Amino acid sequence: MFEAILLTVITASTPLVIAALGELVTERAGVLNLGVEGMMIMGAVCAFAATQMTGSPYIGILAGILGGGAFSLLFGFLTLTLVANQVATGLALTILGLGLSGQLGEAFVGQPGIKLQPIVFPLLSDIPFFGRVLFRQDLTFYLSMALVVGINWFLFKSRAGLKMRAIGDNHASAHALGINVIRTRYLAVMFGGACAGLAGAQLSLVYTPQWVENMSAGRGWIALALVVFASWRPWRVLAGGYLFGAVTIGQLHAQAFGIGIPSQFLSALPYAATIVVLIIISHNRRTTLINTPASLGKPFVPDR
Amino acid sequence: MKKLIIALAASAALLGGFSTGAQAQEKKKVCFIYVGSRTDGGWTQAHDVGRQQLDKALGSKVETPFLENVPEGPDAERAIERMARSGCDLVFTTSFGFMDATVKVAQKFPNVKFEHATGFKAAPNLATYNSRFYEGRYIQGQIAAKMSKKGLAGYIASFPIPEVVMGINAFELGAKSINPDFKLKVVWANTWFDPGKEADAAKALIDQGVDILTQHTDTTAPMQVAAERGILAFGQASDMIAAGPKTQLTAIVDTWGAYYIKRTQALLDGTWKSEQIWDGLKDGILTMAPYTNMPDDVKAMAEETEAKIKSGELHPFTGPINKQDGSPWLKAGEKADDGTLLGMNFYVEGVDDKLPK
Repeated sequence: MFEAILLTVITASTPLVIAALGELVTERAGVLNLGVEGMMIMGAVCAFAATQMTGSPYIGILAGILGGGAFSLLFGFLTLTLVANQVATGLALTILGLGLSGQLGEAFVGQPGIKLQPIVFPLLSDIPFFGRVLFRQDLTFYLSMALVVGINWFLFKSRAGLKMRAIGDNHASAHALGINVIRTRYLAVMFGGACAGLAGAQLSLVYTPQWVENMSAGRGWIALALVVFASWRPWRVLAGGYLFGAVTIGQLHAQAFGIGIPSQFLSALPYAATIVVLIIISHNRRTTLINTPASLGKPFVPDR
Repeated sequence: MKKLIIALAASAALLGGFSTGAQAQEKKKVCFIYVGSRTDGGWTQAHDVGRQQLDKALGSKVETPFLENVPEGPDAERAIERMARSGCDLVFTTSFGFMDATVKVAQKFPNVKFEHATGFKAAPNLATYNSRFYEGRYIQGQIAAKMSKKGLAGYIASFPIPEVVMGINAFELGAKSINPDFKLKVVWANTWFDPGKEADAAKALIDQGVDILTQHTDTTAPMQVAAERGILAFGQASDMIAAGPKTQLTAIVDTWGAYYIKRTQALLDGTWKSEQIWDGLKDGILTMAPYTNMPDDVKAMAEETEAKIKSGELHPFTGPINKQDGSPWLKAGEKADDGTLLGMNFYVEGVDDKLPK
């Protein structure tokens, strides 16, 4: 029973974690992209369409990543090259993504999807409980875990990550030091888009292998909130994403089990619990301020 | 954000209205407001199929603009008002949650006619229409009791409104008419549309041991999960057989088209008046999808029940029926009146859930 619940939690949490990690990188470079929901749904439709046309969900995953990444380029061009307002552009990107994906996906509505199958690690997957939970998952789960470790290393252990954080904290100084602010930010935006696209691909190939308009149903916004509440730390994003997923699934089980707590309260619980816990772990204002990219959302125009 | 979408969509509809209005002034405008996407495979799609049938039947005399993905609540009022302002003669608002918004806009536009689906508030220019979905639920309950090995079904519910509670009760009553010990587990998703969450609810119910699934939410995700886990399920609002060819037992299919054509014809003839219509299986406003994945005797039973409901011989809410706590509700032979059904806020005996208030 517990194992079954945990497997459902993993499926529900993975897209949140992946999308939030991508946005975390974007924001660490000082760019606020509120278009996660739009990039996610574009990833979902591209992944589903490519899978239906080729028969291979792996090509679908790739298409999702490329779709999300390419779509984020639009945001990058508008906000980095044309220096448009990031908040407004991000919102527009979400609206555009939701509409455009509906158009692109019209032909695929109602088609039974092809599910991305788990990759089973021999031997490891035979370990009781942990093996079955951790080593019989699909590619997106492994990627989400690799992303947490990789991004944490990149941001805090690598030179390129240090430069990126410098840009996020003070783009003028970074520019004065000779770091290419715009190019780094383009890469960060595209990375965020690719992650959102991968999260979307997980939705249409793993979570619910089908295409329905608006199927992301607000998960992009939850991912955005996770980044802030996790105070821009990858491990906290992982913790927050899984906490949210666990409480979401837990409350459904609590209902099915019949514990008699009002379902409206239970439905609000994931949001409340995640906010409370993340506020507690980031209660130290000083460390939170240190983690917050100081140039977040501010436009940058090179002075020469 | 959603406000922006509506504003954009509404202004697009407005522009569309103006540009086509110029060339076809004779045409009446019959407008539709959808809560979901018209390709959701469920509730909204069923309404849009009805709209397309209307278009086909009376397309030379009417045009049928629509707004989709309109969220329930205060935003709905603005969307409906935009529609009314854009020159619609008749507006169908197709979700329970649009009720108060429709009432308000109907007061502001006395010359525009409104019809609200599944609600109970009417006005001289506001009719309500509804389908006796519970008749289909009762048949499903009977099938579930025959097909379930454990005598336990799972019900994915949306919001605790009378419509949904009525469906849960009808399902349980149908099941109990076959197996008096039949139990029903209910999970409230608190959403009409979220494929992921609906799938999660389905998984939770299956993990808790149910072997038949039924849903009152809008997407085919629960059907898909049921298919994957190898249990049986019922479709909702549209025929969902494509999502579970070996899973779907039957589905309640909403067939609004005939109704939309009838009411639009009344508008054209000038005979439209506000009514509170509640049609059932016999009127063809809902139909049962083919009975599949079941033995012939179960199929025969389902068909017989369907025929009895159509002929009026059988009313699903006929006593003796006890409320959930065991207190008597209907005496033997007594039938529930429509008013009680439309305001239903209690469970019947056998439902294994605490009704959210």
